[in-house]
Amino acid sequence: MTFDAAMYQFLLRMGDNTLILGHRVSEWCGHAPVLEEDIALANTALDLIGQTQMWLGLAAEIEDKGQSADDLAFLRDAWDFRNLLLCEIPNEDFGRTLMRQFLFDTWHSIQLGHLTKSSDERVAAIAAKASKEAAYHLERSADTVVGLGDGTEESHNRMQAALDYLWPYVGEMFQSDDVDVVLAKAGVAPDPASLREEYDAVLLRVLSEATLTIPDSRFAHKGGRSGAMHTEHLGHLLTQMQWLQRAYPGCQW
Amino acid sequence: MSEMTSQPSIAQIWDWLDAVPDPEIPVISLVDLGVIRDVAWADTTLVVTVTPTYSGCPATAVINLDIETALRDHGISDLQLKTQIAPPWTTDWLSEKGKAKLEGYGIAPPQPSGGPQRCPQCGSKNVSKVSQFGSTPCKAHWRCGDCLEPFDYFKCI
Ligand SMILES: [Zn+2]
Repeated sequence: MTFDAAMYQFLLRMGDNTLILGHRVSEWCGHAPVLEEDIALANTALDLIGQTQMWLGLAAEIEDKGQSADDLAFLRDAWDFRNLLLCEIPNEDFGRTLMRQFLFDTWHSIQLGHLTKSSDERVAAIAAKASKEAAYHLERSADTVVGLGDGTEESHNRMQAALDYLWPYVGEMFQSDDVDVVLAKAGVAPDPASLREEYDAVLLRVLSEATLTIPDSRFAHKGGRSGAMHTEHLGHLLTQMQWLQRAYPGCQW
Repeated sequence: MSEMTSQPSIAQIWDWLDAVPDPEIPVISLVDLGVIRDVAWADTTLVVTVTPTYSGCPATAVINLDIETALRDHGISDLQLKTQIAPPWTTDWLSEKGKAKLEGYGIAPPQPSGGPQRCPQCGSKNVSKVSQFGSTPCKAHWRCGDCLEPFDYFKCI
C-alpha cells in the first residue's frame, strides 16, 4: 500500500466517523427530552460535522481527483464509507445515544490527543482544533452517563442495557490493519491497538462511578473502518442524508 | 467610493476591522473575538488571516463575508482571506475590552476555572450550570441563584 493510499483511507475513517455520528446525533434535533439536551446534542453534531469538513477536505486533496469534502460526503455509497460501526448504530433511546457518545468521545479524545503530535502538519493542525471540542464532548457525555447510570432504577437499567448492546462495537476501534501499519511507521497516527489501555482506564473510572458493569467479553463486530461490511443501518441513514443530492444531482444553494 | 491613491496603513485596517461586529454577539467586534490573526500587505494585495472559533460554527462564513464587505466599503478591492486552523482559536485571544463588553451585555466572560466568576446581571457568586451548551457553539447555559436570571457563559477553550 502506498503512503498516499493509506493516508486517504485514514482520513476517510476520521471524517466518516464524525460525519455519520454527527448525522445520527442531529436526528435528535427537536426531539430531545429537555430543551437543554436538545441544544447540547445539536451543538455536538455541529462540531462533529465541522470536523468532517476538515478531514474529508484533506482526504479529497490527497485523493486528487477534483472532488470536494461535499462530494465525498454526499456521492459515495455505503460500501465506500469507513466509519466505525458504532457510529452508525441507531439512536434508540436517549440513554443509548449518550452511551454511544461516551464510548466514542473517549476514543476520539485519546486518538486526537495523539494526532496533535502527528508527523503530518495538516493532520496535527486539524487534531489540535478538534481535540478541544472532543474533550468538551467527553466531559459532558461522561457526566451524563454517571448521572443516568447512578440515577433512578429506570435510568440505571437503561444505561446498563445500552452498554451491553453497544459493547461488541467497541473492539473495532482498536483493530489495526495495513493502513494503520503504514501510518504508524511514518509517525502520522498511532497504532489503534496501542490506545486500548488508555481507553479502558477512562471507561473503568467513569463506568464504575456510574455504577455500571462492563461486559466481560472482548467479542467485536467489525467491518466498518475497513468498509468490508457495514450494518444494515448505514444504508438507511444515507438515504436520508444524501437524499437531496440523489434526487437533484449537483443541486446547490 | 474613491479609488485608493496609497495603501492604508495596517493600523488603519485593524481599526476598520475593530468596527465589524461579531454576527452572533454584535456587542463585540471580530478583533475582540480574536479570530483575526494577521493583517498584511503582500504587494498590492491585502491578506487577512482568520482563525475560525468552532469547527462547525455557522457564523464562520458570515464572518468572512462581513470582513470582505467592510474592507471593500473602505475601498480595498484587492483582498485575500486566508483561513488558518493552527494554532486553534482559544478564548485567551478575547480582548480585555471584549470581555468587559460581554459582561456588560449579560454574557459572563470565560474563566480559566471553567465557570463564570459571577452573575453578569447582579454580580452574585451563587451561580450554577444548567447546560454545558448554549445558544451558540461558544456558550454554555448558567443560572443565578440570587436574582434567578438565566444567563449565557462564554465557554473557556
Ligand atoms: Zn444574578
